[in-house]
Amino acid sequence: MNKKQKKVLVRIIIAAILMIVLSILPLKGYPRFGLFMIPYLVIGYDILKKAGKGILNRQVFDENFLMAVATIGAIVLGEYTEGVAVMLFYQIGELFQSYAVGKSRRNISDLMDIRPDYANIEVEGRIEQVDPDEVEVGTVIVVQTGEKIPIDGIILEGSSTLNTSALTGESLPREVKPEDEVISGCINMTGVLKIKTTKEFGESTVSKILELVENSSSRKSKSENFISKFARYYTPIVCYSALALAVFPPIINMLLLGNSPAWGEWIYRALTFLVISCPCALVISIPLTFFAGIGGASKEGVLVKGSNYLETLARTGCVVFDKTGTLTQGVFKVSGIHHSILEDESVLEYAALAECYSSHPISKSLQKAYGKPIDTSRVTDVQEIGGNGVTALVDGKKIAAGNGKLMKRLGINYQECKHVGTVVHVAVNGVYAGHILISDQLKSHTKEAIHTLKSAGIKKVVMLTGDAKNVAEQVAKDIGISMVYSELLPADKVTKVEELLEQKGKKEKLAFVGDGINDAPVLSRADIGIAMGALGSDAAIEAADVVLMDDDPLKVAKAIRISRKCIKIVYENIYFAIGIKVLCLILGALGIANMWLAIFADVGVMVLAVLNAIRALFAK
Amino acid sequence: MKKTYKIEVDCANCANKMEEAANKTAGVKSATVNFMTLKMIVEFEEGQEPKAVMQEVLKNCKKVEDDCEIYF
Repeated sequence: MNKKQKKVLVRIIIAAILMIVLSILPLKGYPRFGLFMIPYLVIGYDILKKAGKGILNRQVFDENFLMAVATIGAIVLGEYTEGVAVMLFYQIGELFQSYAVGKSRRNISDLMDIRPDYANIEVEGRIEQVDPDEVEVGTVIVVQTGEKIPIDGIILEGSSTLNTSALTGESLPREVKPEDEVISGCINMTGVLKIKTTKEFGESTVSKILELVENSSSRKSKSENFISKFARYYTPIVCYSALALAVFPPIINMLLLGNSPAWGEWIYRALTFLVISCPCALVISIPLTFFAGIGGASKEGVLVKGSNYLETLARTGCVVFDKTGTLTQGVFKVSGIHHSILEDESVLEYAALAECYSSHPISKSLQKAYGKPIDTSRVTDVQEIGGNGVTALVDGKKIAAGNGKLMKRLGINYQECKHVGTVVHVAVNGVYAGHILISDQLKSHTKEAIHTLKSAGIKKVVMLTGDAKNVAEQVAKDIGISMVYSELLPADKVTKVEELLEQKGKKEKLAFVGDGINDAPVLSRADIGIAMGALGSDAAIEAADVVLMDDDPLKVAKAIRISRKCIKIVYENIYFAIGIKVLCLILGALGIANMWLAIFADVGVMVLAVLNAIRALFAK
Repeated sequence: MKKTYKIEVDCANCANKMEEAANKTAGVKSATVNFMTLKMIVEFEEGQEPKAVMQEVLKNCKKVEDDCEIYF
């Protein structure tokens, strides 16, 4: 609690004790009035002051005015306890609200506690702490164990393990060594690193992310706009209704029905009206829910750029995936060795050695799969045959490694591969020794991700790719996607997404998920553009509406789930708060609800709505 | 030109009122108040001096909500 809140708390306690004591004492007349004024003014002086200023500034109809009129009215009617109680509970509600908001503000800034306070630079052999803003590009900074990397850069010296969980929500540590690029915001866990910065602090990942999160709730959602509009009309309407309630029924009573006017009764009802009417519950809980939802999502490594996107995301009915880099790793890997007459390892060894001088991605993946250091002295007479493959002498044996054309050219019988991917046939001394299948690997969670999306009620899952038809269809079949469009150029992807946008239902939204490379136009064309693994890619952060910090496709379903939970809470709060208020207003008009129920309708509903809103922070 | 200012305000409805007041101020193209992060983002009209405009914004905000502060 801050100072202001503590002061209010003290006032609340004093006023509450005085009120209870005074209501027990058998007092009458002016002494009773005078004594009750003490707790009333202790608890309500600032409200009365604000209400007065509001009237002077022609800003009537705010909650201070409502409370002032309601409590003064109650006191005039002789209901001293209720007058003080309304003020008291109003202040309790306000205190609770400001405490809850402050708490969730802190909670969320703790979640996003990635802002580095300083950077270490070496000056004449000593380490000095400076403001990260002052570090120029190309400066060497030192990051000690346990410290955050303050600025993006490249490691010059040292190797370590990085904890990226604050950025990605992923707890798996990352190993880094010299010449690796590192991004700011990671925590250095095991060794001292010397890093040459490649960006200014303001351009570094950590600043970009903080900027994104801090500005996110400024893009307001429809529900938020609805509530501010609602509050603008609602308060005056209730005030006039209260006035009408105080004036018309007594007049009708008096003139038409010939009964006694019962002014006191109807004014009391009008005052309960005023107490119930305060729109605080709605006005605070809706933005708070979105704020908590966005905060909870960033904790899980899902950055949402605005409340409006959270709202759209919750209505997603169709998810379109880019294939390479999104569903698959976008890296070629040996996925099988078939028809080999030797041990699988030796087929791989021969192929890797024969191709050891090539820097083609295929050769790289062979060397990676082989896994041992390559002794180039075993390899001689390397001949590269463009578009076919290589021949070489390895340990004195004639090795040929390449595609079908190479085998035909050498007159060797070979087996076609039934699987989809790139095939490297290997022959040893002119005899076919088998082939190695190299393909783009699915990410480990891809299948699960598609399944989760479908069971979350996403009707349409589509895959777009520039890849060949057979590869695309094989991948789609493996992971359970039925709609595939293949052999698309980047511009075709935009056209396809536009077609899909036309096909979908009016209320459903279309989300496009890409890795941010080459698909910025599609990301911005879709209702919601989701960029994954976007850490460090400025273009993707710019173009997308939702940014997944790591490249796990499961996060797409998670993002949708979080947004749905958040929107559900928003609607719960809208219906609950308006429902209870309207109900109490009706009961108040009928004379069934007294001031105490009115206090519940105001403060109680607000407290419950705020507590409900905070649940959005804990979306899993 | 767009600028972000830190603000001080106690209730969400007051923040909405500040937003409305800021938007009505001459020289302001559009203004958003974010109650949760206590920030006001103001887009100025071309050729306006932010400092002078903000003084007016603060004055207008004080009218609708006495208990508010904008740091500029």
